[in-house]
Amino acid sequence: MFGKLSLDSIPYHEPIIMVTATVIGIVGALVVGLITYYRKWGYLWRDWITSIDHKKIGIMYFLVALVMLVRGFADAIMMRTQQAIAAGGAEGYLPPHHYDQIFTAHGVIMIFFVAMPMVIGLMNLVVPLQIGARDVAFPFMNNVSFWLFAAGVILVNVSLVIGEFAKTGWLAYAPLSELKYSPDVGVDYWIWSLQISGIGTTLTGINFFVTILKMRTKGMSLFRMPIFTWTALCTNVLIILSFPILTATIALLTLDRYLGMHFFTNDMGGSQMMYVNLIWAWGHPEVYILILPAFGVFSEVISTFTKKRLFGYKTMVWATVAITFLSFIVWLHHFFTMGAGANVNAFFGITTMIIAIPTGVKIFNWLFTMYRGRLEFTAPVLWTIGFIITFTLGGMTGVMLAVPGANFVLHNSLFVIAHFHNVIIGGVVFGMMAGFTYWFPKAFGFTLSEKWGKRSFWCWLVGFYLAFMPLYALSFFGAMRRMQSYEQTEWQPLMIVAWFGAVVIAMGIACIVIQLVVSIRDREKNRDVTGDPWDARTLEWSTSSPPPNYNFAHLPTVHSIDSYWEMKQQPGGFKRELSTHFEDVHMPKNTNEGPILGLFSLIFGFALVWHIWWLVAVGAIGMFVTFMVRIHNDDVDYHIPAAEVEKTEREYHKRLEMQA
Amino acid sequence: MSDIHTSHDGASHGSYKSYFIGLIISIVLTLIAFGVVMTGGFSVPVMMVTVVVTAIAQVLVQLVLFMHLNTKAEGGWNFIAIVFTVGILGLIIGGSLWIMHNIHVNMMLN
Repeated sequence: MFGKLSLDSIPYHEPIIMVTATVIGIVGALVVGLITYYRKWGYLWRDWITSIDHKKIGIMYFLVALVMLVRGFADAIMMRTQQAIAAGGAEGYLPPHHYDQIFTAHGVIMIFFVAMPMVIGLMNLVVPLQIGARDVAFPFMNNVSFWLFAAGVILVNVSLVIGEFAKTGWLAYAPLSELKYSPDVGVDYWIWSLQISGIGTTLTGINFFVTILKMRTKGMSLFRMPIFTWTALCTNVLIILSFPILTATIALLTLDRYLGMHFFTNDMGGSQMMYVNLIWAWGHPEVYILILPAFGVFSEVISTFTKKRLFGYKTMVWATVAITFLSFIVWLHHFFTMGAGANVNAFFGITTMIIAIPTGVKIFNWLFTMYRGRLEFTAPVLWTIGFIITFTLGGMTGVMLAVPGANFVLHNSLFVIAHFHNVIIGGVVFGMMAGFTYWFPKAFGFTLSEKWGKRSFWCWLVGFYLAFMPLYALSFFGAMRRMQSYEQTEWQPLMIVAWFGAVVIAMGIACIVIQLVVSIRDREKNRDVTGDPWDARTLEWSTSSPPPNYNFAHLPTVHSIDSYWEMKQQPGGFKRELSTHFEDVHMPKNTNEGPILGLFSLIFGFALVWHIWWLVAVGAIGMFVTFMVRIHNDDVDYHIPAAEVEKTEREYHKRLEMQA
Repeated sequence: MSDIHTSHDGASHGSYKSYFIGLIISIVLTLIAFGVVMTGGFSVPVMMVTVVVTAIAQVLVQLVLFMHLNTKAEGGWNFIAIVFTVGILGLIIGGSLWIMHNIHVNMMLN
């Protein structure tokens, strides 16, 4: 009846998990209780869960990402604590089977359920506004993408309490992830949470690719697009081309595990090396999917806060395009040691080093933009400068790793861990925090506390260096990644420094939470009525904050790069004048089918993990029927009457006048 | 903004005939690929070449007859996209074959 699922699947004997589960349960019950008490379920369903408004979907993505950041970080500090203790024969407090789940979950969560939703959340919030559009190309699909992603998130968290997570490392290398060596449900949780959320990501990629190509406002040619939109375009190209490889690879592993096939097994002609090859053919573009939008954020931030047009706009665009292309021909550098010959290794080593060139171009563009600009040291700028320094360092250790000879020494050591945290924290996390602080007022209509933002930055920066510089050093003493315990007591002092670094990062995360609380408390004081708190340059700042659901009452016309800045430079300046003539605005309707599809996909995934076949059928049929209902529903759009648009705009102008 | 009646500049929606032809060709290609393997009467190289060729043909049939790909639709964007995609596919498939062959030789498998 319940497949492999029984009461024994719940790890009662693990106090850490049980305490965590209890705390999550209490907090969850509290949230549900409060929503019920304040009768907010209807509001939540109507205004958020079923919303096709790209801004709200973006906010939901980012909110989930922040929650998952805490979960992923909890894993991180547990690992650091374990390694700080478990030296010279000491076993620490985490047994290997638990420790292995933690490092797997940490990687999976941080990449798929923190970094990806932050990137996609920012794209959702910003891209349509930057190109002067009223929504994305496929608003319903956008909602579906979010709920598929949410199903993946829930599945990964369910694995904490019901059953277990994979013990294979975040990419579940075969044959370790095959049935023979991982007979438990851990790898199945990994498969289905990634598969379901991965489909959502692919849909998002298609959606935003079409949006950027087809929905730009009048006059916005490709070479007038803001840099963030450019990087989003390239990221979506990467998503469209690389995520199908991940989907197909996981599907083959699924066939091995569920139907006894032999794509990646040791016997019957299976090739584990093909798994490694395929997973990295996706995996390398994936890191650029994450970093390119961060580059976009830094470009916007630097040019806004120096009050200058970005230095070398065209070189920035072409550097982005070059990285997009090059990111597809470097994947072997993740497995130099697997056994390919010198010519293959040399080819991929050199292509990898070449990527440093367009990246260097970008670094110089940012530096030259700052040069002789009037740089304001706001929190987003601090994140950007911290990024430039940290990322350059990480890039250099990356070039070191790209030397095949050096790689044979460093492969699977803590050097690799230090390197990719160097670029992912220093690049993606700093970028997303900069973007979060920069665009928060656009989403909510009030600015975030600068004081707490800066505190968060300093904690993250110092914490990062304390946590990861020791790992570079340790790797030269021979410390490998994923060690549950180690013999050498002389490593322990550096491990304790790294632990302390993680504690400082924890303070950085706490600062983000405090920043949110303080800013929401003082929101009236920090209110931004104009919609342009930073005196910024691109179109999203020309509308009110938060923008009305139709974004622009009249679609703007663009004449140059930084078009909003140009409007402000006109003789007499830019006036937010109330138009005299309003038209009906054609908008998509909210959808119930999106969240319902997500729910059935969750049931489908959960049932497959536990081999509950009747429930698999329920999930599959549920998804199919929901989909059919949707495609036979022609009542998907409506018109906001001109009178209502006028009313909204009048209120905005009344607020503007009151402030003046 | 969703506009279910969006005008498609240059993109055709196909006809009953094109879908029907596409369906028939797809089925035939699938049967050939399956048949070559199931009968078991062919040598391995012949099977491999047949499967790969029918697979590529299948992709082309679906792109042209079901997804209405041509060089003019969407102001040429469709075509640029497909050229880029084919390029990347070539790199990944060609690169994978090169890598796997190299490993095969180096590790003296078989």
